[in-house]
Amino acid sequence: MQRWKSVLRTPLGLTATILTLAVLVLAVVAPMLWTGDADAVDTDNILSGPSAEHWAGTDNLGRDIFFRTLVATRLSVELALAATAIAVAVGLVLGTASFLLGRRSGRLVTAGINIAVAFPGILLALFFAVVFGVGATGAVLAIGIAGAPMFGRLTQTLVAGVEARDYVAAARVAGVGRVRILLRHVLPNIAEPLVINATIGAGGALLSFAGLSFLGLGVQQPSYDWGRLLFDGITSIYVNPAAALAPGAAVLLAGLALNLLGESAAKALGVGVVGGIPALPAVARVAPAEPVAEGAGHEGSDLVLDVRDLEVTFPGPTGPIRPVRGVTFAVRRGEAVGIVGESGSGKSLTALAVSRLVAETGRVDAERLELLGHDLRGPDTRAQRRLLGTSLAMVFQDPMTSFNPTRRIGGQLAEVSRHHHGLDRRAALGRAVDRLRAVRISDPERRARQYPHEFSGGMRQRAMIGMGLMGSPALVVADEPTTALDVTVQQQVLDLLAAIREQDDVALVLISHDVAVVAQVCDRVLVMYAGRIVEDLPAADLHTAARHPYTRALAAAVPDMETDLDQPLAVIPGRPVDPADVPVGCAYAARCPLATARCREQDPPLEIDAAGRRVACWHPGESPESGIDELGSLAEVEAS
Amino acid sequence: MASASSVAPATPRVGAGVHPWVRFGVRRLGRLLVSLWVLVTASFLMIHLIPGDPVRGALGPTAPASLVAAKREAMGLDDPILVQYWHYLQGLFTGDLGTSLISQLPVSQIVSQRLPATLQLALLAFLVAVAVAVPVGVSLGVLTRAGHGRRTELVFTTGSVVLGTVPDFLLGVGLVYVFGVQLDWLPVAGNDSASAYVLPVLALAIGPAAILARIVRVEMVAVLEADFVRTARAKRLPRRTIYLGHALPNALTASLTLGGLFLSSMVAGTVLVENVFAWPGLGSTIVSSILTKDYQVVQAVVLVYGVGVLLVNTLVDVALALLDPRSTIRED
Repeated sequence: MQRWKSVLRTPLGLTATILTLAVLVLAVVAPMLWTGDADAVDTDNILSGPSAEHWAGTDNLGRDIFFRTLVATRLSVELALAATAIAVAVGLVLGTASFLLGRRSGRLVTAGINIAVAFPGILLALFFAVVFGVGATGAVLAIGIAGAPMFGRLTQTLVAGVEARDYVAAARVAGVGRVRILLRHVLPNIAEPLVINATIGAGGALLSFAGLSFLGLGVQQPSYDWGRLLFDGITSIYVNPAAALAPGAAVLLAGLALNLLGESAAKALGVGVVGGIPALPAVARVAPAEPVAEGAGHEGSDLVLDVRDLEVTFPGPTGPIRPVRGVTFAVRRGEAVGIVGESGSGKSLTALAVSRLVAETGRVDAERLELLGHDLRGPDTRAQRRLLGTSLAMVFQDPMTSFNPTRRIGGQLAEVSRHHHGLDRRAALGRAVDRLRAVRISDPERRARQYPHEFSGGMRQRAMIGMGLMGSPALVVADEPTTALDVTVQQQVLDLLAAIREQDDVALVLISHDVAVVAQVCDRVLVMYAGRIVEDLPAADLHTAARHPYTRALAAAVPDMETDLDQPLAVIPGRPVDPADVPVGCAYAARCPLATARCREQDPPLEIDAAGRRVACWHPGESPESGIDELGSLAEVEAS
Repeated sequence: MASASSVAPATPRVGAGVHPWVRFGVRRLGRLLVSLWVLVTASFLMIHLIPGDPVRGALGPTAPASLVAAKREAMGLDDPILVQYWHYLQGLFTGDLGTSLISQLPVSQIVSQRLPATLQLALLAFLVAVAVAVPVGVSLGVLTRAGHGRRTELVFTTGSVVLGTVPDFLLGVGLVYVFGVQLDWLPVAGNDSASAYVLPVLALAIGPAAILARIVRVEMVAVLEADFVRTARAKRLPRRTIYLGHALPNALTASLTLGGLFLSSMVAGTVLVENVFAWPGLGSTIVSSILTKDYQVVQAVVLVYGVGVLLVNTLVDVALALLDPRSTIRED
């Protein structure tokens, strides 16, 4: 009940509810109040237009159209409800048939429903109107039965959804009869969507009924519903248009009201609708700018990527959310840099931000964001698009969804060259085939003509890399390139990336949650936590010389050949930080064995040492392995 | 480093055995034939399901019993039902749909006279609906993508829901009133001039166009969030190419799946619209024949409409298969 009330909170739902109630009230009271007025014959005013006496004019017997329209409400609504009741009842029988009768007979019913559903309702209604005979009863049966297949299918879908649930299976195992399961467990769970659809269906039935009556196949004289009034009115539309418009408007209003009531109920009871996102206010800076690893600065021409104080901000329900909070790093020609961290650490967003691919709702700010010395912060010019399109290659996590399913692989590769190099279709396709060969796809001519679904996962990912090679990339940004792949093909993709790097001195930014992968492929590793870099160190030092407790925890969580299998696998206690709720002080403090009062108050800056390694920690490199020593050293630090 | 040969034979998913297109064709044709058979049988049974004697009903209570008997004899109504069924099927294959009980004309002649007007109306309305719905839906999809244009979205959605709910015959009445009665710009009956097409086509097209446009918008918004659109953006293609080249075909696939039903409902929509505009097509014929109990004609017209719907549905499926090659396989 509470949930139904939420329907009233939307303006549309409220309007629809009020209108529906008004129609229902009118259906009850109108014939009681105005039947006399509706049947009164005014021979002085035959087929007259609207006047003070007759608001909507009169018909060919001089009867008042306005009152007749009001009085017709009851019959129109009654007939529509009767037809809907038939549709729902027959639909329920059809829809639950496969549940009750078992698979084989059920399949026959399903086939029947599928065939019937393919025919438009009005056609079915006409068919049954012939069979049941012209008139109100025939029309009710016709519209009811014509609507049944649709309800049948709906019921079937809903039942199938509930059938799969555990409690139904449990009841079955317990030997409860099918009918009983249906009544006790299934129907109560599908009642809500059924009621909603029946409401929409009633609106549809009202309109259909008006249609049949309008054709002269529904209600017959001397009874009248809205459709019948319309039928009578349309012939004199040039004399008194109101005679057609008044019942027409009534049908429309009532039909729409029921329909919209159902729709808004469906919306309100379905997935919770999130309120509007407020505009993005400017946010004060959170962290001071991080020192750059390159002391030399950026005049050195071997810098491929130079990022300083990168921030990504999204609007959130309660205020801006900043999943990337001031990230600074640089990548040199041919260098492989890994970015590791848990989900939500901001690593993927960092990759998207440097490639200018953050979703449009997000905002990217940076003190510096340069690719090959070109500022990427500027507007999206043709020159910039070309630079990014040819010098930067992206490899995404899921190669299945990252290719356009409706286009051939070759064409998807070729369009890079067509747009950025101005090649014609043939030349571009030739290059695409060549690139597919370069990423070791056998029979590339044939493969180029295939669609993505005809490729295996590993092959798709190699084709994706090949797409990046259509230009002459100086940087490959690979966002979890092996996560969605089978273990057996992961190595191929990593080998391919390594080979490309070697061949053309291409730099690589590899984003991964897999520390082992990064340690294998990369020269340098950036460890991210809660939208910041917490450590920047040579990949070789990852397992031996990491100084940030988070880095060490990450490295320890990966089992290797030396892991003592008698011990439980190491895990990092606690949960990653929610970007919408970053704590004061060091974001890792809550999970850190070394955390002190200072850690919880002040966010440690990212400090650079003489070797160019960076770490953001108040207690870098302090943690001893055992808990007791740890406590001891903690005490020392506190004392010092 | 892994050698290429170790990877190549990973996906002989397609091409092994029967080509997926052949499989798709056979399967679809099978479904069409089964539906056709159900339709033909239903139209045959219609005359037998009518309570009472259809011939007596058509000729009226005053007709002499000998005439009714003769008619029944001529129509073969006294034969065993399976024999009648067999004759009915034979007739269909030879183009013999029987003789009208009222006008005494061959039903096939009535149908062939009336069919072109209905076809014109349905086809024009279909073209108008698609020509309006796709560009409108795509543009609004782009305008209201991820978090943009919330107000536009609300106005459009409300408007299209309302327009899509208004039944075509009421829309027709409204159009007659505004453009015929009030403005006197356009003819409201018949199909004698080009301008006479405007109102019936609009009446038939506006509702489906609104529904289709709404579907296209929703699908477009969803597709613009897809990974492959991000890939297209990563390729730095021009926006137009991303929207029209990458997003649109996918949005249309999904739209067609949902919107296909509305297209076949346009075929049936001609029944009501023709009766609003006195359009000399099958829709007017079937209604007048039902009222005069000319069941032979009703039976044939129901059949023709049903076949039209089945053909449209099949065409939609074929178009889907062409747009999205996965759909040929997905059916398995």
